[in-house]
Amino acid sequence: MPVTESPVIELKDVGFAYGSNPVLEHISFAVGKGDYVGIIGPNGGGKTALLKIIVGLLAPNSGSVLINGIPSESFRKKSEIGYVPQRIASDSASFPATVYEVVESGRTSQLGIFSRHGKADKIAVKKALDAARIADLQNKLMSELSGGQRQRVYVARALAGESRVLVLDEPFVGVDIATQKEFYAFLKELNKTGLTILFVSHDIDVITEEAKSILCLNRGLLCFGHGESLQEKDVLESLYGTHIKHIHHTH
Amino acid sequence: MFEIFQYDFMIRAFIAGTVIAILAPTIGIFLVAKRYSLLADTLAHVSLVGIVLGVLFGFNPVFGALIVSGVAAFGMEKLRATKKIFSESILALFLSGSLALALVMLGIMRGINVNIFSYLFGSISTVSPENLLIIVVFGTLIIMLAFFLFKKFFAAAYDEDLAKASGLPVSLLNTSLMIMAAITVSLGTQVVGTLLVGALMVIPVMTAAQFKKSFSKTAFLSILFSLISVLSGLFASFYLNIPSGGAIVLIALLFFGLSLFLNRNA
Repeated sequence: MPVTESPVIELKDVGFAYGSNPVLEHISFAVGKGDYVGIIGPNGGGKTALLKIIVGLLAPNSGSVLINGIPSESFRKKSEIGYVPQRIASDSASFPATVYEVVESGRTSQLGIFSRHGKADKIAVKKALDAARIADLQNKLMSELSGGQRQRVYVARALAGESRVLVLDEPFVGVDIATQKEFYAFLKELNKTGLTILFVSHDIDVITEEAKSILCLNRGLLCFGHGESLQEKDVLESLYGTHIKHIHHTH
Repeated sequence: MFEIFQYDFMIRAFIAGTVIAILAPTIGIFLVAKRYSLLADTLAHVSLVGIVLGVLFGFNPVFGALIVSGVAAFGMEKLRATKKIFSESILALFLSGSLALALVMLGIMRGINVNIFSYLFGSISTVSPENLLIIVVFGTLIIMLAFFLFKKFFAAAYDEDLAKASGLPVSLLNTSLMIMAAITVSLGTQVVGTLLVGALMVIPVMTAAQFKKSFSKTAFLSILFSLISVLSGLFASFYLNIPSGGAIVLIALLFFGLSLFLNRNA
């Protein structure tokens, strides 16, 4: 397991249930600075719940989550963990929000109670827009963007908030293959700058190609290691409950 | 032509109207963004209970509306946060419940000589100096709060999960917004009336949204449309001797129709 000396995120024996339905049981792992972790598992296997626990949207029923060694409930710099959810309802409706306003909102939690955005915020937003290569879209409404462009906006939003960890929950639902490839190249670039990335995907090929480590989840943690761990027959069978052969593409 | 300003009650109506015209869409834009537009209507019905209580027990009905709708707004937000009941169902529950309560209380106070009609539909002559002071003080306070919390309300309205994950106190922001909406509705009943104050919070925002601008520009445009609607509605009310609430909302609707027409290809 790729446990490092000073993990950025550490889960210790985490359990979570929706009512009486257990979703996660005895989850323990650690993610170090600069890791790039792909999370796979079947529907209902607890992937989204795991991410929501990491970003603080759900509280575990048992165990603990440490962010930079601090228990997550006491961790105050929440914008250090940037979250990119599957889908945001406001995008599809006629919510009048521009790309700039959404990216800027990544810094809002850092404002004092009655403070407004200042010069430093403007600079950080510009930097984030440039890094995500969406500066030319900044005055567009979110409802006018494609799925791939929106995902870049949410990554830029996290970057504007000076996130050190990026948590993406199936970012490519309804996004074409070319856009996906372009986006993965972008994530790789970000990872090279030291950003820690965790992302959920259904695509085992993508996970093995892109991520440095793979985390297999089906209520329990079935594997956490490098791509080779998936070659073990039992892992995929336990994960999806059926015989699956993983063919690794090198193209 | 401007004999309208020779009357003190009209000057009070114009001052109160200006404050309400700025206040209503400033709060309304967040309700529209959260797909919670009917909250304003629900709170208006709830405020009717406070008005009737005020009349019944002899205190200022505006204070009654402020207190009852404030408490109801807090309760509605707490219920909504449990996610056990659909938001629309909560609104329906409070809307019908408060209307029923107000009707029963009106039945009890039969015989008390009070013009509930002016509270229901707005009457420019009901803005007393005391009520004007309440509207200006509370209204200015809420407008200033909304100005300073604008970006935080925006982030929470855009997506609650994103806002929460980045560390914003979403629950506190939502509760504050609900209470600010309750105060807005209570103050607005004086000018537009209980039954129409919700429209002033929503229609100018819908009109501005047709122009497909940023959130900040939409907020600015909605205040502009609201101001024109209220001020011209007050003129119409005075010269045509019609209820101010109806005149204001009809003008706001006219702007909405025009904005749809102008942006039909957008």
